[in-house]
Amino acid sequence: MIKISKETIERIKENVVKGRRNKEDEDFEGGSIGEPGVEELIEEVLKGGVKPKEIIDYINEAMEVVGKRYETGEFFIPDMMASAEAVSAGMKVLEPYLSSTGESMDKFVIATVEGDLHDIGKNIVALLLKGAGFNVIDLGANVSAEKIVETVKEEDAKLVGLSALLTTTIRRMSEVVEKLRAEGVDVKVLVGGAAVSAEYAEQIGAIYCKDAFEAVEVAKGD
Amino acid sequence: MREGVLVKPYERLEKAQIEKIHEASLSILSDPGIISYNREAAEIFGDSGAEVSSHNGYWRVSIPERLVEESVKKAPSVVKLSARDKEDSLILDGKEPRVRFGTGSESNIILNIDMEDFVSEKTGIKRSFPVFYRRRGTVQDLCQAAHLCEHLQNVDFFIRTVNIQDEDITEDNKDINKFYASLNNMKKHVMAGLTNVEKLDDVIRMAEIISGGRGSKEPLISFITCVTKSPLQLVEDTTQNLIEIAKRGYPVSVSTSPQGGSTAPLQEAGMLAQLNAEILAGITLAQLVRKHTPVLYGSVPLRVRMDNLDNMYGAPETNLYNMGGVQMARFYEIPCYSTAGIGDSKFPGIEASVNKLLSHLFIALSGAQYIHYAFGLLEGTNTFSPEQAVLDDVHVGIIKSLLKEQRIGEEIEEGLKEIREVMSTSHKMFTRYARKYLRGGEVIPFYPFDGDANETLRKVRERKEELLSASVDEIPEDVKKEIFQEFDVLERIK
Repeated sequence: MIKISKETIERIKENVVKGRRNKEDEDFEGGSIGEPGVEELIEEVLKGGVKPKEIIDYINEAMEVVGKRYETGEFFIPDMMASAEAVSAGMKVLEPYLSSTGESMDKFVIATVEGDLHDIGKNIVALLLKGAGFNVIDLGANVSAEKIVETVKEEDAKLVGLSALLTTTIRRMSEVVEKLRAEGVDVKVLVGGAAVSAEYAEQIGAIYCKDAFEAVEVAKGD
Repeated sequence: MREGVLVKPYERLEKAQIEKIHEASLSILSDPGIISYNREAAEIFGDSGAEVSSHNGYWRVSIPERLVEESVKKAPSVVKLSARDKEDSLILDGKEPRVRFGTGSESNIILNIDMEDFVSEKTGIKRSFPVFYRRRGTVQDLCQAAHLCEHLQNVDFFIRTVNIQDEDITEDNKDINKFYASLNNMKKHVMAGLTNVEKLDDVIRMAEIISGGRGSKEPLISFITCVTKSPLQLVEDTTQNLIEIAKRGYPVSVSTSPQGGSTAPLQEAGMLAQLNAEILAGITLAQLVRKHTPVLYGSVPLRVRMDNLDNMYGAPETNLYNMGGVQMARFYEIPCYSTAGIGDSKFPGIEASVNKLLSHLFIALSGAQYIHYAFGLLEGTNTFSPEQAVLDDVHVGIIKSLLKEQRIGEEIEEGLKEIREVMSTSHKMFTRYARKYLRGGEVIPFYPFDGDANETLRKVRERKEELLSASVDEIPEDVKKEIFQEFDVLERIK
């Protein structure tokens, strides 16, 4: 086994914090282009024999740093998203190794409901979930209840997230929940978006998330 | 070096109109000429070819056009204003519309805010509201204002914001103490007026000690002399200040503040002709005293209220006059000490900020090199509010961003690259590319003081306290020791 230096591990963490997916990426100050990013560094440590689970632990530590910096006001949403992108890119490298070792990431199906094309909020949630280590299946915008339920069943997902901006489309959320319950699918449903309120979520038997960070917290609590 | 923002100036007046104002000003300086209450000035003009007649306590001076034109040409276009920290020094170029903002006035009143709790009689709910306290300014207030402005990043230079009215401040120790209070609490360029011209050499010597020894050529300080009492009268003491400062070759703003509707015509052309004539008279005198004296074109015109003839800084005409002043200064290629960020509101907050923004934006857009009065002033120049200065800092920052040079040529390739890259992702968001602008200080992340009027002031007050608790680099102890041996600096501000 090739010995991997502590510095390489630290560089993975550092690049997650800097939000650098690969050597093409700039860091938060516009520098570091050409230096290895999360993808290259993970490949290096995997070759060196570090276990995927161990790498995920390091990534989680780095994301904790990012989260703390956001809480103290040092980081902003673009920093969180860049870090989440870096983690997501790293996870793609890790995926084949995880399946070969029998390890897996929790699956999270996410969609903007039928009739609604607004997907910025949903995209932010998807990205931060990837950054938190979830296997996110993003169905996009304007997705029918049938399609969502079908995917949850097929993928055996334990979590589903629904987004809506328009008040005219939130009733589609209750359709999804009703269908899931009718088919006996045991899944936790998270809802959010400008049109949604905590009261509405409670009424339809879903969990309301006021923003992307709360969605990640709720998902992790599963 | 504080480079300022190079703007593409808004030119309200056409070249022919500027020339018309110029000719009118020259004509005024010749006929009716000016009245000088200062003997030495009358003699200097007389010795240089002006027609001077002596009256009871004053002199009438008719300045020939040629004398004005020749003298104004001798005024340098580039004026260097140094600072304790070289990074804060300024090079003003009359040919280049590069905008910088600073403080100003010498307000008598300081307005402090406390947040106090009140209970609603109707609902019994307790809420916090700002309560305002007004009092006369002290030397410690000036120290605090300098400290605050050191940390306000858009303050490019400091002109004493507070008139120090302590009981132990006298005509003899006021100049040393006001310059020391400013210089010890900040590393930016410091400008002020003189109370006692006999103390000019003391003040210059103190600044030289701070800047690295006697005879230092780095002007850490500069001066303002409002030489004119409008219309067209040279005041005895401030004119003497100008003569003495010019003899020593120190940078000086030759300022005047004609009031449209009372001490100057209300209509724009007449106002500008008189404003320009008053400033040119001062600049001519400075150049006659000493060739190439570094001067700023000190334009502080305003309109008066029609109900009581008080100054009305928030009047639209005040802005028009000031924009004209900037163009006249550019015509002579002399850096313009201009006026913006001043209004008529009595309390800090939303109304005051709206009032101020109208001039902040327009005067900056006109390309003035040195915009004073821009931070913290309320009720014209009567009151200084540290909280308003904090608000103004954010707003001036927004204006600086708004007026910055476009970089289309160098940005377009990067923009295309970003678009292509983002289109290949699932989430299609450009956020990662925003980070370098955020980190580089080119964009503000969000408006920091949003809320209702009370909430805004609470946040602003918190920010002020935070800035005041951050340290400043005071003058080194050994240098202080040398200053205290020579000059009467008050114990409590040492």
